[in-house]
Amino acid sequence: MKHILIVGAGSAIAEACARLWSAEGAALHLVARDPARLAAMADDLALRGAARVSHGVADVARMDDAGDLVDAARAALGGLDLVLVAQGVLPNQRACERDFAQARAAFEVNTLASLAVLTRAAVLFEEQGHGALIVLGSVAGDRGRASNYVYGASKAALEVFASGLRNRLARRGVQVLLVKPGFVDTPMTAAFTKGPLWAQPADIARGILRALETRRDVVYLPAFWRAIMLVIRLLPERVFKRLTL
Amino acid sequence: MLISGWGRHTRIDADTARPATATAVRALLAARDGALLARGMCRSYGDASLAPRILDMTALDRLIAFDADSGLFECDAGLRLAELLDFCVPRGWWLPVLPGTGAVTVGGAIAADVHGKNHHHVGGFGTAVDALDLVLADGSRLRVSRDAHADLFQATLGGMGLTGVIVAARLRLVPLASPWLEQRVLPAANLDETLALLARHADASYSVAWVDLSRRGAHRARALIMLGEHADTRTSPAPHRRPLTLPVDLPTGVINRATVRAFNALYHWRGAGAATPRTVHYSQYFFPLDALGGWNRLYGRRGFVQHQCVLPFECAPRALAEMIGTLTTGSVPAPLAVLKALGPANDHPLSFPMAGLTFAVDLPMTADTQALCARLDDLVADHGGRLYLAKDASMSALNFRRGYPRWEAFQAVRERYGALTRFASLQSRRLGL
Ligand SMILES: Cc1cc2nc3c(=O)[nH]c(=O)nc-3n(C[C@H](O)[C@H](O)[C@H](O)COP(=O)(O)OP(=O)(O)OC[C@H]3O[C@@H](n4cnc5c(N)ncnc54)[C@H](O)[C@@H]3O)c2cc1C
Ligand SMILES: NC(=O)c1ccc[n+]([C@@H]2O[C@H](COP(=O)([O-])OP(=O)(O)OC[C@H]3O[C@@H](n4cnc5c(N)ncnc54)[C@H](OP(=O)(O)O)[C@@H]3O)[C@@H](O)[C@H]2O)c1
Repeated sequence: MKHILIVGAGSAIAEACARLWSAEGAALHLVARDPARLAAMADDLALRGAARVSHGVADVARMDDAGDLVDAARAALGGLDLVLVAQGVLPNQRACERDFAQARAAFEVNTLASLAVLTRAAVLFEEQGHGALIVLGSVAGDRGRASNYVYGASKAALEVFASGLRNRLARRGVQVLLVKPGFVDTPMTAAFTKGPLWAQPADIARGILRALETRRDVVYLPAFWRAIMLVIRLLPERVFKRLTL
Repeated sequence: MLISGWGRHTRIDADTARPATATAVRALLAARDGALLARGMCRSYGDASLAPRILDMTALDRLIAFDADSGLFECDAGLRLAELLDFCVPRGWWLPVLPGTGAVTVGGAIAADVHGKNHHHVGGFGTAVDALDLVLADGSRLRVSRDAHADLFQATLGGMGLTGVIVAARLRLVPLASPWLEQRVLPAANLDETLALLARHADASYSVAWVDLSRRGAHRARALIMLGEHADTRTSPAPHRRPLTLPVDLPTGVINRATVRAFNALYHWRGAGAATPRTVHYSQYFFPLDALGGWNRLYGRRGFVQHQCVLPFECAPRALAEMIGTLTTGSVPAPLAVLKALGPANDHPLSFPMAGLTFAVDLPMTADTQALCARLDDLVADHGGRLYLAKDASMSALNFRRGYPRWEAFQAVRERYGALTRFASLQSRRLGL
């Protein structure tokens, strides 16, 4: 049985993952801000087959060290094999351009809280010699665009950090999986008009479980984003800076 | 956000909120007044799920409780029926009423009191609903059933979201022996034979006729009658196949008389080859169109409408002949028509079914489509029938009142619970509700 911590468990993508893990009979510890949602999720996941569901309420932006969540999960579940870091905010780019406090708030949630959780979990997994870390990055982290570079930068930091962690932990058998979703139809993107490039959270979740099973390092989901982002990353900056994207 | 119904002919820019808990729904209603509308998977064809302010209920899709002894099942209103079946079928339980797609939500199925291919045996979706939880105009939450606030319960089944926001439902599932169905296909040469065969096989658990409107003369309205029975052996379900999706619109005009004829010929030929019983998975039997997700894009950017009526048995043969005559001689191609029997009407004032035959035809949106629909609408009302609100996109307020004489009782319930100005759709405004 897998023992799993999900930080940002209320995320639509994370919840879709939790449903798949529940059907496999996993034990889950969920961390989110909204107690009503946590209670509803716990009932749902137990019905779907989870061996155990415990939960804790936390606003990761207000914690001195979000790494404490790792210890709490381990205590609640009696062990830990997998950590999914899913919390995130999509700040208003325009507002961030005038008001650095808003950019900082996004970095607190997307970046710093994630690094805190990864740091603590890495120590634990390194000691026990097994475990998997999953971080939700974004295709937006592949290149800074005028329309959302604050969000993109907050996600880009995760990639370098994850890569270093992977390099450090690989010999200890610990997997570090960075997931880069494209456009996903979730509450975060509720205000956007959906088109053919959009995926459902359940599609992303299936992709994450497959990447976990095949011990991937970095994965674009859905996979076609890999080709799109390759083209975008290859454009010379001289050309790229003139584009409106 | 730009939204449209399944027919994609009307698009509006809507202010959309997507609450993830019932508590969030209550907070949204308490925080702001003014009209709004809950919506599910937008599988209603016309403007029933369109409004300037929308509560998208699809994030509210959790299981709440399940009693494996009694089959009582409780879930959020945004749960899709296909997911509900994914949960209950492996546990030996079944939802007794299913529409032609698994992509609808429990809330949408309640709001339209949807019917299946077995309405004449078991009734509409409401028969499976034990109780439901509504968030009312003022943000309060109320559990309603046949025993508690029965007026509101009755009005909400078939009430097209106009009484309140359905946040949860308790459903009565029935035991199921096997996920497989035995399907039989019987060809009928024309309308008379189709009606006779439907009547003769009325005791089959499931029955529906696919009618070919592309032929004239002796073979006008030839059909394939599909009958189904639950298999009684326990076989393990086939592995999940990922449905194909059509990501882009086809150019307008791809659906024209030629392709329609070709489609029908192919379908007829395949059907005739399958006259012996076949064992098919329930998803394939009940949701054949779900295999091609986004098939509504086949109609191009202008979209299409589905015209669905019910006609009392006694007038049905004449009325259908007239309607089919109008459809086969007009300029609007009619690729697909479906005919099935419905059982008696129920206590829900806006519920669609009544004893008779229901006829549904897909019509691409062209310059002539509106006028054609208006002509069909009058014909239906003249024969004492009515149109299905989940499909309707253009019926007049007058024809609505002729078809749904209990509309005033419906409005009285809405008034009692403060819903009149609070919940509205483009459709409800058009119909004068
Ligand atoms: C391929 C296909 C086959 C179909 N076959 C059948 C069939 O065989 N029989 C049949 O009866 N119907 C059939 N339908 C129609 C469909 O079942 C109904 O339109 C159903 O209401 C759609 O549910 P939805 O979740 O998509 O709701 P939407 O289309 O989003 O909304 C429909 C109505 O329900 C209301 N509503 C939705 N959720 C809530 C909620 N939580 N609280 C309050 N109101 C709510 C909306 O306000 C709206 O008035 C079919 C549709 C398609 C596309
Ligand atoms: N949707 C996309 O298109 C997309 C694309 C690429 C990457 N991603 C990434 O995928 C991850 C999951 O997002 P999603 O799409 O599933 O959207 P989502 O459903 O909106 O999930 C985001 C979650 O983060 C939580 N959160 C935000 N601030 C928090 C805080 N201070 N403390 C604790 N939790 C906090 C939110 O909790 P509340 O519910 O309490 O607000 C919410 O549950 C995010 O990291 C996102 O950046 C999404």
